[in-house]
Amino acid sequence: MITKRIIPCLDVKDGRVVKGVNFDGLQDVSSPVELADFYSRNGADELVFYDITASSDGRKLFTDILRETARKVFIPLTVGGGINSLEDFDRVLKCGADKVSVNSGAIANPDLVEQAAKRYGSQCVVLSVDVKRVDGQFRVFAKGGRVDTGMEAISWIKRCADNGAGEIVVNSINTDGVKQGFDLPMLKAVCDAVSVPVIASGGAGCAADFVTLFQTIPEMDAGLAASIFHFGQVHIPELKEILAQKNIPVRR
Amino acid sequence: MIAIIEYGVGNLFSLESSLAALGVESVVTADPAVLEAADQIILPGVGAFGDAAQKLRDTGLDQHIIAQAKKGKPLLGICLGMQLLFEKGYEFGTYDGLGLIPGCVRPIAEVVPAGYKVPHIGWNALQFKRENPLFAYIKDGDFAYFVHSFYAADCEESVIATAEYGAPLTAAVARGNVFGCQFHPEISGEVGLKILKAFSERRASQC
Repeated sequence: MITKRIIPCLDVKDGRVVKGVNFDGLQDVSSPVELADFYSRNGADELVFYDITASSDGRKLFTDILRETARKVFIPLTVGGGINSLEDFDRVLKCGADKVSVNSGAIANPDLVEQAAKRYGSQCVVLSVDVKRVDGQFRVFAKGGRVDTGMEAISWIKRCADNGAGEIVVNSINTDGVKQGFDLPMLKAVCDAVSVPVIASGGAGCAADFVTLFQTIPEMDAGLAASIFHFGQVHIPELKEILAQKNIPVRR
Repeated sequence: MIAIIEYGVGNLFSLESSLAALGVESVVTADPAVLEAADQIILPGVGAFGDAAQKLRDTGLDQHIIAQAKKGKPLLGICLGMQLLFEKGYEFGTYDGLGLIPGCVRPIAEVVPAGYKVPHIGWNALQFKRENPLFAYIKDGDFAYFVHSFYAADCEESVIATAEYGAPLTAAVARGNVFGCQFHPEISGEVGLKILKAFSERRASQC
């Protein structure tokens, strides 16, 4: 039986994990390589690295870190942030990314998803979408959730899936950082609209939020979170134990 | 030394890294002399069956792979590389594979019930069907990472493991010295590394 995936997300800037990390037994808590290795040995099913570096020096550092991580960590590694062209896909794939997540780059160039899917295969192309309610509508936001594109989110996601996006990460701006649970109505609407795997992001505050997610939306494929894992509020092995007790299939 | 066949299909970084982590020497190559010198051969691959099969034929690699396999050299196909071991593929047309294992490659959508997403993406349990040296270091029920929209069919006598996805999908195959994994051992964590380790220990004389 296919299992529900639990995915920690690491924001990386200038070679360090941005949000502080608070773990026992981790020497260098801000090293993306060390943290990725820790997660892969402690139940993470995949990892997402977001490059939030602006400078070209930082970008070089990011690809170095990516390469070092991919040499040590043997679970799927998705890379996002600053993916605006096929050259960007190429750059991170050559450094060990297994999948590439595209967000603002696809909004700026809607052909990018299709071009990338044709060249690298749909399994490699992940559409990441920041979604917020505006006037009762799910609206796509760009530039790290700062700019309202005016586009309706469900039709945008459908279009990208039709063009070859192999998975969709849906990040609800409404619930992100609030830690009161995932945005179930928004996520359900996306799951109803597309047949490719959907990854829920934004709002997880505790293990029970993942239970609610997978019980309320059984077709949801994965849950992604950052700080609750980094700060040790939720430990993945314990989370999986709780999910398994609720008969939600997980890899252990 | 393991020869990883380079034919312009897919990303080999994780595979090379996995073998390096195991302390197994590997080389990415399209050189028949290197295939001849190698202890084992891995045929990787992502993408479409027809394109990949054509690339193998265009480069003449198909005949070299078949010749090495017929000599008894251990060969492991991964994902699309596994699918190419079969006789025929039905992905956007009908294409000939390498024909090293009887069977064909068909759309998952034909066998899984409605409501199951295609592609089959994620971690699924391996259900052993036969004992095999590839499984020397793992156990029935261990998880591996899958990403595929097509599956190997009509190959019952070669199936060594399946994955349950509304239907038992072919997860691993073996026929003498020829092995195949539908999943990606190079990104299947410890389980994947153990499968690659077991493969790296195969020698032509053992098969």
